[in-house]
Amino acid sequence: MIPLIALVIGVVLGLFLEPTVPGALQPYLPIAVVAALDAVFGAVRAQLDGIFDDRVFVVSFVSNVLVAALVVFLGDQLGVGGQLSTGVVVVLGIRIFSNAAAIRRHVFRA
Amino acid sequence: MTTDLTPSLLRRVLRFRLRRVDIAVAVLLGILGFAAAVQVRSTRADEGVLASARQEDLVAILDDLSSRSQRLRQEISTLTATKERLTSGTGRDAAALAEARRRSQVLGILAGTVQAHGPGIQLTIEDPEGKVTADVLLDALEELRDAGAEAVQLEGPVGEDGSGASSAVRVVAATSLVDAADPGGVEVDGTLLRAPYRFTVIGDPATLAAAMAIPGGVSDNVGTAGGRAVVTRSESLAVTALRPLDRPRYARPTAEPNAG
Repeated sequence: MIPLIALVIGVVLGLFLEPTVPGALQPYLPIAVVAALDAVFGAVRAQLDGIFDDRVFVVSFVSNVLVAALVVFLGDQLGVGGQLSTGVVVVLGIRIFSNAAAIRRHVFRA
Repeated sequence: MTTDLTPSLLRRVLRFRLRRVDIAVAVLLGILGFAAAVQVRSTRADEGVLASARQEDLVAILDDLSSRSQRLRQEISTLTATKERLTSGTGRDAAALAEARRRSQVLGILAGTVQAHGPGIQLTIEDPEGKVTADVLLDALEELRDAGAEAVQLEGPVGEDGSGASSAVRVVAATSLVDAADPGGVEVDGTLLRAPYRFTVIGDPATLAAAMAIPGGVSDNVGTAGGRAVVTRSESLAVTALRPLDRPRYARPTAEPNAG
């Protein structure tokens, strides 16, 4: 319950404070968000599986974000930033889909 | 030691631990929501599209824009040239029109189709004996022309006070002076004028007056005929009689090579 409230508060803050994204962070923010979403979906699935662990969630969340940003950063340095971020998004998207499918099986038994 | 721990204390410690991790989870999710909202917002904003675009896309957009601006610049120069052409054309036309107007004024004075005013003299010729003929008047006219008369009108009869002209005729190059059938009159361009006659002449007053006073000239001629010639100089005279413009029946203007 508390994490959900925190999520809503974050969204509201983001919508109402209207902060501008620093130019240096601009390419990494969307990737980081997708990576974090992947971690969240994984956490929900683990919760439903009964194997959820706070520490694992925190570590996977932070490492997911950092690794995704690092990959995009490396891609930018190598001149293949666009393709690499597409690849990262595809991989994370596939993971999110499989997690979502597992969650669906839990919730709907189908 | 551990057996001393009551279940409630254990639960409290456990809950504390859980809560700390809960806070970390909540903070992370809050950050996620915040970042997602910011990203969505900056993607929606127009400048966000450009700001988050990759270098290659930016290069493509820049190429597109610069080629478009080049096209527009070409269009500007074409339109500017057209405007220049039109403006200078209008200027030339205006100059030609002004020149044509000036010419028509000058020619109008020569042809007697426009009124003229300026300094000059009035030459009144009295003819009590009826002996001033067309020859005398023609001599006087020639003399006036020699002296630089630019616009001339002849009227008569004028009253003693110099007014009351019954008819006035503009005298131009083609004007004819013919003795009238009944003595004491002269037909000027078919209009019968009677003495006393008056020339209204625009030109240099001093030269015209001197020309009239030449010995053996107009004054003496008129005196011989028993009349009297009176010259009045004036700084401002008006030649108001007009002559209808005849369109030449046969002659047609030849296009001037330097026309325009």
